[in-house]
Amino acid sequence: MPDRRTTAVLDLSGLDALVEVLRGQGRTVVGPTVRDGAVVLAELDSARRLPFGWGTEVEAGRYRLVPRADGAAFAHTTGPQSWKAFLHPEREKLWSVDRGADGELSVTEERPPQPSYAFLGVRPCDLRAIAVQDRVLAGGRYPDSGYRERRVGAFLIAAECTEPGATCFCVSMGGGPGADAGFDLALTEVVDADGHRFRVRSGSDAGEEVLAAVPHHPDDPATGTAARSAVDAARERMGRAMPPVDLRALLAGSLEAERWDDVAARCLTCGNCTMVCPTCFCTTTEEVTDLTGDHAERWQRWDSCFDLDFSLLHGGPVRASGRSRYRQWLTHKLSTWYDQFGSSGCVGCGRCITWCPVGIDITEEAAALQAETSAGLPHDDREEPRR
Amino acid sequence: MTSTAWDSALGAEHRARLTRIAREVSFPAGTRLFEEGRRADRFWIVRAGTVALDIHVPGRRAAVVETLGRGELVGWSWYFPPYEWHLGAETTSTVQAYEFDAATVRLLCEEDAGFGRAVASWVGGVVADRLRATRIRLLDLYAPYGSGDLT
Amino acid sequence: MTGVPVPYRVVRTRPETADTVSITLAPAGTAALAPFTPGRFAMVYAFGVGEIPVSVSRIGAGELVHTVRSVGAVSAALCALRPGDRVGLRGPFGTGWELPRAAGRDVLVVAGGIGLAPLRPLVLAALAAPDAHGRPNLLVGARTPGDVLYAKQLSDWAAGGGPLHCAVTVDRPSPTWRGRVGLVTELLNEAWFDPANTTAFVCGPEAMIRATARELVRRGLAPDRVRVSLERNMRCGTAHCGHCQLGGALLCRDGPVIGWDLARDLLTVREL
Repeated sequence: MPDRRTTAVLDLSGLDALVEVLRGQGRTVVGPTVRDGAVVLAELDSARRLPFGWGTEVEAGRYRLVPRADGAAFAHTTGPQSWKAFLHPEREKLWSVDRGADGELSVTEERPPQPSYAFLGVRPCDLRAIAVQDRVLAGGRYPDSGYRERRVGAFLIAAECTEPGATCFCVSMGGGPGADAGFDLALTEVVDADGHRFRVRSGSDAGEEVLAAVPHHPDDPATGTAARSAVDAARERMGRAMPPVDLRALLAGSLEAERWDDVAARCLTCGNCTMVCPTCFCTTTEEVTDLTGDHAERWQRWDSCFDLDFSLLHGGPVRASGRSRYRQWLTHKLSTWYDQFGSSGCVGCGRCITWCPVGIDITEEAAALQAETSAGLPHDDREEPRR
Repeated sequence: MTSTAWDSALGAEHRARLTRIAREVSFPAGTRLFEEGRRADRFWIVRAGTVALDIHVPGRRAAVVETLGRGELVGWSWYFPPYEWHLGAETTSTVQAYEFDAATVRLLCEEDAGFGRAVASWVGGVVADRLRATRIRLLDLYAPYGSGDLT
Repeated sequence: MTGVPVPYRVVRTRPETADTVSITLAPAGTAALAPFTPGRFAMVYAFGVGEIPVSVSRIGAGELVHTVRSVGAVSAALCALRPGDRVGLRGPFGTGWELPRAAGRDVLVVAGGIGLAPLRPLVLAALAAPDAHGRPNLLVGARTPGDVLYAKQLSDWAAGGGPLHCAVTVDRPSPTWRGRVGLVTELLNEAWFDPANTTAFVCGPEAMIRATARELVRRGLAPDRVRVSLERNMRCGTAHCGHCQLGGALLCRDGPVIGWDLARDLLTVREL
């Protein structure tokens, strides 16, 4: 079949039908929903669970739900979770080992059947984050089989951004509120005098197939124009921006910057930024044994480069200071990620800013490093004694 | 093959000048070349064999702190007042060496500023190398857990 | 998940020093890992305790030797293994020493402490292919005479007669030690190599690596011809866990052996 790509319009019942069709395919549909005062990602049994009528108000170190009169479902910003919670889960069993009476070890690889996910409402920044994790976890010489299976089986429904938050800066990271590729279906929500509806574009054969099974209206010029202008307007309303410089080079050249001391004085090294970051992938392992002593399990769980043990060698941690751990995180994210995986590790989603308990702002830190670097001479030269 | 001191640190001209006043000497293993506290009136450049530098400790065999092999300068106390050896030195194998009279070399250094600077930089370089090596050994890097206590 | 440990059987163990043991392993069943080359490492799994990266210290026919120093829970468990016990192995991982880099050149191997373990198979490989290289040199630094690994083999080599120039120096001599005392770089004068045509392979504690590499470059070796093996925390071996980062390098994938041209800048930034 040639690449047929359809654009159509779904109304609210069409959205309901979309979830039903996906569930009917045996998929676990995951999407945003309101819980505990936040928009979280959870399994949805119906599109009705989407956060209709909720927006978010975010700032550095601040996140609040605010009701919206228009009843929009996708007018919130990213929440504390990202899709990595499903594709690269927080805790995963790797293998189990049984020791027989003769001392023989039998190792069993943990390969449970992976859920077939449908992610509903993936923001364009998060689409890019998934692509980043694809390169890290499935793109190298040793693909992570569990990740790959979950990823290959996942059906992605993007939701273009029309209400960027104050901590959003995807445009300055080379992304944007619109979705161009990497999705099966992309939705753009439109609420106006003509009603509440979703312009939908298919981006894959699988998307085409699902769309065909869902009652929809043909694309119409008014909806198309409204959708495009809402996304275009969002592009101009980003709350923040990275300094328009080569961040990779900036960070590579800033390893001894004084700014690290400044940010280290504020950073609690709590690791929240790494937990909420949609690309942070680091893990550690745990060995678990049962009471018989003849059964052991190897578990993998998320780890954070802010943890003191993260860099532990037999002599002690390599990165003992908070300064060095913050520097590791930011330098990895914006610079050495290119060396390791061929792209930036930052997609500009703003979660690390929103969920930092002391409001450290990655864009402000980058700008400060830029200001320090462009102030010219390194410290030693500036401090040359006067003659 | 290279050596830190002698061939690379001194130019051919200065080296030739030193060689002219050198005496070729040979020592059997176990020869004491000098003792701590004595007058440092000579020095050597090892051509073959090894020399151990040691410090006398009461009730024990002399503690060897470093050994010097081919191409190495043995002794630098002759260069700095009060010209007294800080360590003892003993050959640990048959040693062939060039031996130099310290007073003569110091006099040459005074008479010829260029030669003097070259020798100063050579001896200074040797002392710096030994200091660097000693500092690294001070770390006791090969001990369990590397350099020092766990934090 | 990127592969599970393959069960291996402990064929024999051999104490090397007070805290270091060489463990000879052979596949417990029909499954075996792909062949190792010198400098590459395995993730060695001690049942119920955990996994650590360990380089191969000898590569035999159907056998692998790992030399392990007891410094933590897993290494202590590995040092306590007895013949017949089982471990799990994953690998081979990482870059190796890549002896062909020294083709036609003098080979200069400089080891400090346990750093000799990953270098031993390289020396053996160089000796096995004498025509491919210039003269091989092995310079070894150890803490005390009792801490010298593979002491019998080294003393045979150091006695001369073979093609290998081998010398050992210690930081702290025992009363009966008749050999060299000093930093391993002090053995360079007597080694036989042409700095303009030599590849050096260096492993040991990081400060020893830095001092050695700097000295070799001062003597005229090109920085990329000084190959160093670096150590960082490793959990996975497959470039997924993020622990072994050193600047832009993931040492389990891009290392552990890298050129001094890359390592130099990485090792001079504190806490990188």
